[in-house]
Amino acid sequence: MKFWKYLGLRLLTWALTILIGVTFIFFVPRMFPSDPVEGMIGQMQARSGQMDPVAKEALRTSLRIQFGLEGSLWSQYTSFLWKGLLHFDFGPSLMSYPTPASEIITRNLPYTVGLSLTTTILAWIIGNVIGLLAGFRKNKRSSKILETIAICIYPIPYFIVALILQIVFSYVLGWFPLRATILYNGGWVAFMTSLLKASVLPAVSILLLGTGWWIISMKSLASTTAEEDFVLYARYRGLSEAKIGKSYVFRNSILTQITALAMSLGGVFNGSIMTEIIFGYPGVGTLIQDAITQSDYNMILGCITISIVAIATCTLIADLIYPFIDPRIRYS
Amino acid sequence: MKKFWKNANGRLKFGLIMTAFFLILGFVVFYIPHTNPFPNNIRSKNLAPSLEHFFGTTSQGQDIFWLLIEAIHNSLMIGFIVALLGTVVGVFVGLVAGFVGGTLDRVLMVITDTFVVIPSLPVLILMTSLMKGSNSTVILMALVLAMFAWAWPSRQIRSMALTLKERDFIHTAKFSGEGTVQIVVTEILPFALTWSLSNFMNATLSAIGSESSLAVLGLSPANLVSLGNMIQWARNYNAIMAGRWNWILPPILATVLLFVGLFMLITGYNDYMSMKRGR
Repeated sequence: MKFWKYLGLRLLTWALTILIGVTFIFFVPRMFPSDPVEGMIGQMQARSGQMDPVAKEALRTSLRIQFGLEGSLWSQYTSFLWKGLLHFDFGPSLMSYPTPASEIITRNLPYTVGLSLTTTILAWIIGNVIGLLAGFRKNKRSSKILETIAICIYPIPYFIVALILQIVFSYVLGWFPLRATILYNGGWVAFMTSLLKASVLPAVSILLLGTGWWIISMKSLASTTAEEDFVLYARYRGLSEAKIGKSYVFRNSILTQITALAMSLGGVFNGSIMTEIIFGYPGVGTLIQDAITQSDYNMILGCITISIVAIATCTLIADLIYPFIDPRIRYS
Repeated sequence: MKKFWKNANGRLKFGLIMTAFFLILGFVVFYIPHTNPFPNNIRSKNLAPSLEHFFGTTSQGQDIFWLLIEAIHNSLMIGFIVALLGTVVGVFVGLVAGFVGGTLDRVLMVITDTFVVIPSLPVLILMTSLMKGSNSTVILMALVLAMFAWAWPSRQIRSMALTLKERDFIHTAKFSGEGTVQIVVTEILPFALTWSLSNFMNATLSAIGSESSLAVLGLSPANLVSLGNMIQWARNYNAIMAGRWNWILPPILATVLLFVGLFMLITGYNDYMSMKRGR
């Protein structure tokens, strides 16, 4: 009974989060003085000279319909919620008209999810193991060195790490291509090898930063837990250090890290967008960049809506799993 | 002061020195009279580093050294404005939510959680891509970035307020007839301030990071000389391909050093404060 109440409340928060987020991205751009349609018409005129006023008016109307800017604010809002949020229909993409924006996003999404999810989970595991060792034996020289390295890498922005890796491995050493090219038509093997080759540098840069953070946070958690009374008691009982590390320190520190993992997903997504753009990896990030340069607002709005839904859902899942891992929390 | 330096840990010292170095570059060296480095084609192009141009010039004939100083100045300004706005709003929202409680708390927290959960960069991309073309300034950029800077501090301050609320000295203050506002100002704020300082530095860091990310996407105002934009211009004019390391490396190194320095300052400061509290 309690579980259902917890689930219901949590689902309600999930829905509210998405609703508030989507409402925010709907209304804020509309409060801006600049109008994307006028901007586009201005660009077209700059390229092809003055337009016939009648044709311009027709173009304006059709663009306003495509962008979902016709009608009262309220009807625009409800239609955006109905079509965009519930059916993921964001209208046609303007850079590859008339393919629907959602179709292109669905094509690109697996690449981003694959890259960022694998690297995030890997970084989480590696970072927590190293952090645990460093925190548990915090006076060892090796753990101090490891922590210093982590502290020097973690604060650097994603795109800088990506740029440095690109300069070193693509320009100077020439081990990897400058921009990722993925062979879609060369058969399964060619596709997989080209995908792997394109993913190495992006994955390494996300891994480096992610691992750095998990080392730092796990180290501080583990060293606080290691000073708790129950750990001291376990030592007096004569338990082996390995046993204390595994069953006492690790199990108590990892709980906080699971919540932290859920909270960090938004940041990881931001970082993976930047990394993709630097390396030209064909995911949502690169798609967003193309959409910006070609003023494809339906596409931008679509990418953002889907990323909000995706990340809110991942957070929800992490929250629901949490009580299974921590027996002290019983869905309250 | 001497005692502070003796007690400070290595990270705090390194962070302080590094941050002071950038503050001097951005707010003292910046005001040394020099010709405006930004305009194109006044100086010769692609000059190697010399006494006249410490880091040489770009392929557009811009002085790299002074461009870098101006970029550090602007990036720090953006960071500070965003951090100030975010911290002030965050502390206010967090204290209100924590102390008033009830429905207001729940409403505020749902909104706060939304802003913590949704990925900020795509939303910033949407807003700045709409601003593209209009003459946006440092202030406007900072205001947009600040929209995401208040949520995390308000969440933290709220939970801090919730635990403090139950402490004995707060009850004592309440029973001696102090009003809520007075309790918040005299009893809670001192606790929040230590935390706010470290949050302020953190927010500075992430604001500079966000601005540079937007710049790399070509979404920072085109006439804004910031660290991110400098890197973006160098990339745009193929400085890497042409091997003009005197152009691409200074902004990259400056960003790395600034970020590592600020981060060491934060973690060092946190360690120092917890050591002072005797933990």
